[in-house]
Amino acid sequence: MNFADENFELRELQRIEGHADRVWSLAWKPGTGADGVPAVLASCSGDKTVRVWEQSPLTGSFQCKAVLEETHNRTVRSCAWSPSGKLLATASFDATTAIWEDVGGDFACVSTLEGHENEVKSVSWNASGSLLATCGRDKSVWIWEVLPHNEFDCVSVLQGHTQDVKMVQWHPTLDILFSCSYDNTIKIWAEDGDNDDWHCVQTLNESNSGHTSTVWALSFNATGDKMVSCSDDLTIKIWGSDIMRMQSGDGNAPWKHLSTLSGYHDRTIFSVHWSREGIIASGAADDAIRLFVESEDHLVDGPSYKLLLKKEKAHDMDVNAVQWSSMEENRRLASASDDGTVKIWELAASSGHRKPQL
Amino acid sequence: MTLGLINANPVVHAKKERVARNDDPHAEDAVDPLEIYDILFLQSLSVLSEESITVDEKLGRILITFTPTIQHCSMATVIGLCLREKLKDCFPPHFKVDIKVAPGSHANEESVNKQLNDKERVAAALENPNLRQLVDECLYSSEL
Repeated sequence: MNFADENFELRELQRIEGHADRVWSLAWKPGTGADGVPAVLASCSGDKTVRVWEQSPLTGSFQCKAVLEETHNRTVRSCAWSPSGKLLATASFDATTAIWEDVGGDFACVSTLEGHENEVKSVSWNASGSLLATCGRDKSVWIWEVLPHNEFDCVSVLQGHTQDVKMVQWHPTLDILFSCSYDNTIKIWAEDGDNDDWHCVQTLNESNSGHTSTVWALSFNATGDKMVSCSDDLTIKIWGSDIMRMQSGDGNAPWKHLSTLSGYHDRTIFSVHWSREGIIASGAADDAIRLFVESEDHLVDGPSYKLLLKKEKAHDMDVNAVQWSSMEENRRLASASDDGTVKIWELAASSGHRKPQL
Repeated sequence: MTLGLINANPVVHAKKERVARNDDPHAEDAVDPLEIYDILFLQSLSVLSEESITVDEKLGRILITFTPTIQHCSMATVIGLCLREKLKDCFPPHFKVDIKVAPGSHANEESVNKQLNDKERVAAALENPNLRQLVDECLYSSEL
């Protein structure tokens, strides 16, 4: 992918209103937004609800299709679709994770996962949809096995972080779990072949060029050999690992620091997301969205990254989440903010070469 | 500290012991009338002065530094929450507010500052009924 010859702009396609409080997180529904299937997006909020938005095939604009309410009684912090798109998991400050099923356009809460002592902050499905991970303020990471009939069985409670855990994220292809925390570290968890238990195989902290303040989020590139993380220390870091070694079942293939992007943000970076074609988006407390791409000029000690563009005042307040659509054929980004809105953006060539791909 | 001493002077030691016990600034014990008293008391000791507030109108940023009256003050985070809530009503919503304890004024300065400026923890704390009540008592029973 060559971004050197063109100028790009991030065009606002729609500003979606509906939530009555800050919007914390977003999730595009897998398998939607291409081949005639309307794009579907879920958002969750401090207003204790989750909203599901669907793009109208006629107008192209997103409309509220469902409001998932009266289940969580505190902030809904995170939401994640199962890989099949059949289930939506929502993590709440009310200490529970709810599982919702789309039953003919209506969403029914089919399961509630209890166990965390207090706020659940993030939820993530593994690639096959057979495992679910949650994390929270009680410093723990839980792994749940997805059983038939919407049953969920806790298979492991992972202790290791010394402060609240902000986000859990499964590797895009392998059953390796990543968590990041208020304790400034990223921890990597893998299953022990012998006794079926999970343990921490690596900790990325200051001593191996890691972050020096809260790590808020992380994301993987399409092949899963690189990871990006963002932090309250105002930096974005790129990490790499040997994917072949990982695929051969070596959960211990170490992750190494490749690059640090600093000097771009001057307030906390809450969200990073790597698009399938290699564009890293970041959302921060400076109300801006930035896009980064790998630079052509490789440094001796690894890849370098450059700012593709900065969208100032993308929102009226903090940008809490940025999420690329998983559909490769469109460069569509969604963002969520403290201003209570969700925005849909399209990355497009800025001078006369517009290729609207709705 | 021996039990004998505690019994010998219950009022003073009850308070001292409470401060020591609540060393974890994130502790969310049930609301204790004594704690509310402490907040009002600390307010009356003026933890804030004019010089501790910096406003950058152009950038829309506000920095507040306050001085907890005790080096180990367990209420520093609650005072910080009150300041944040109070300010929410005074400035346009897009203003960025940073709240810190004055340098050298608190034994756990770094951790208190980190908590006060982690908006997720602030949001969670304000949804906690006990802390919410404490903050409301603080905000509505007297002016900061």
